[in-house]
Amino acid sequence: MTSSHHTLAAARWRIAIVLTLAVVCIYFGFIALIAYQKEWMGSLIAPGLSVGILFGAIVIVASWLTTWFYVWWANNHYDAKLDALKRESSGT
Amino acid sequence: MIAPLLMQAQSAAPAASAIGQPNTVAMAFFFFFIAITLGITYWAARRTRTTEQFYAAGRSVTAAQNGFALAGDYMSAASFLGIAGLVSTTGFDGLIYSTGWLVGWPVVLFLVAEPLRNLGKYTFADVLATRLKQAPVRIAAAVGTLSTVIFYLIAQMVGGGSLIKLMFGLSYETAVIIVGAAMIAYVLFGGMLATTWVQIVKAALLLGGAAALAFLVLLKFGMNPLALFAAASAKYGAGMLAPGKLVAVPLDTISLGMALMFGTAGLPHILMRFYTVPDAKAARKSVFYATGLIGFFYLLTFILGFGAMVLVGPDAIKAVDKGGNMAAPLLAEYLGGTPFLGFIAAVAFATILAVVAGLTLSGAAALSHDLWTNVVRKGEPRAGEELKVARAAALVLGVIAVVLGIVFKGQNVAFMVSLAFAIAASANFPALVLSIFWRRCTTQGAVASMVAGTVGTLLLIYLSPVIQVDILKHTSAWFPLKNPAVVTIPGSFLIGIVVSLMTTDAKAVEGYDGSVRDMIDGARAA
Repeated sequence: MTSSHHTLAAARWRIAIVLTLAVVCIYFGFIALIAYQKEWMGSLIAPGLSVGILFGAIVIVASWLTTWFYVWWANNHYDAKLDALKRESSGT
Repeated sequence: MIAPLLMQAQSAAPAASAIGQPNTVAMAFFFFFIAITLGITYWAARRTRTTEQFYAAGRSVTAAQNGFALAGDYMSAASFLGIAGLVSTTGFDGLIYSTGWLVGWPVVLFLVAEPLRNLGKYTFADVLATRLKQAPVRIAAAVGTLSTVIFYLIAQMVGGGSLIKLMFGLSYETAVIIVGAAMIAYVLFGGMLATTWVQIVKAALLLGGAAALAFLVLLKFGMNPLALFAAASAKYGAGMLAPGKLVAVPLDTISLGMALMFGTAGLPHILMRFYTVPDAKAARKSVFYATGLIGFFYLLTFILGFGAMVLVGPDAIKAVDKGGNMAAPLLAEYLGGTPFLGFIAAVAFATILAVVAGLTLSGAAALSHDLWTNVVRKGEPRAGEELKVARAAALVLGVIAVVLGIVFKGQNVAFMVSLAFAIAASANFPALVLSIFWRRCTTQGAVASMVAGTVGTLLLIYLSPVIQVDILKHTSAWFPLKNPAVVTIPGSFLIGIVVSLMTTDAKAVEGYDGSVRDMIDGARAA
């Protein structure tokens, strides 16, 4: 149990909270627009494509992107630091 | 409001459709699926000798396999038939469900997947028990788990029984018994390994079937989804592309969204899957695969829904089943004739089977691992005992599911899915998050949060229009919302926090400091 473990855990926690809030804002923003801006969500950008359908697709793509970003961060940054910590503690 | 999904599949005289008539292709596909999965079960049974193999497939599942299995566990008949049906009859509104069911997955990844894998063994209660007092948190977590599992099982059984009756022309009871018997066989003999492979086969079939169907729809519209949407709006009005009457009460829509978003991270059969992979890194990757697959699937259901609207027509769909659940099968019949209808019907059957198997296994783990081994036996079971108890629990739960499925025949049980999600979101999720991330969380706080989440959800659903107006036929309901999550999720977080602050639990703080390292480097799990 070292303070560097706590620091790393806190770093992961910060990223997790920021990304969770991002997804919450995107999704509930979408729901709020549906609930309070019905007409605008129904207006057409192109034949067959309403603002609402575009935003719905964006919510799905945003879920993919935030997930991808977290996995990229964890695989490249978090795991490297974690491996260093593991080597350090097994060395002592 | 998940109410329209899988709502009372009732058959009207299907005029020009083969739906409801014994369909040899459907039977052939179905028996082929049963034969393959029982073969898998036989193979898995020979590799299931220890408790770890039974509950967690020996931690041998790869990230990609687990990604498919998570998708298989999650994509229920409600999401396949229900969303396609909803889109085909209401247009845009179905998208609220598609997106809501997906956005829970990033939350699972960010907040629970890795700590869960590193701290626990078989159930999510293991995570709470690493730092809190064993008996109280395990009992409270088992209550939350079993409530979620039972309500979800009843909804799947009743919805599944009616759908199968509608599609295969079997009697309702026969359908429920076949589902129950196959599910018990998978879980009892093959444990998690068989359940995992049943999920993988089902996910591949479902994604393949939906993709093929969407491809055939798009062929008719020059491979352009916008041409399809434009055709729908030309035929049934521009309102089909705009929010409609499903969002009449905005707060209800937000409440449903919260239940879907946070409920996923509290579903015991989903959480349990993270114990099947070797480490936290694989757990992380598996959510990435699952999110990709599930998001793709929901995009497909949208094409299927609009395809069914334009090609089959909302009136023809409602004529076969008022709830709209037959939209996808009818579309398959329109595009590929009886053989394709048979294939899609068999896929729907496989979908229901796989979901109930996952649910039963997680319920059995709560009974045997949490209650029997760690509460009754205080963590020291007799040699070989836990596996026997787990199998007995799986058998008992399977039989209960069949009995309840028959008891609730013809009842409107659609609210039970929202109940399961609301309990998962309000009882399981807050306590899990508080114990993982908050040093000051005490045993009393976690237990109070879980109990309040379960009881509060049950009470508010009882007082809601879903029970009071739709089922008891009263004119008004005391609680205005159909889904209580907007009240119960913040409520159980608040209760957990307040009770924790009012009590002291030195062991919980000590345990937290000790578990931080395990939580990130997984030393305990290895």
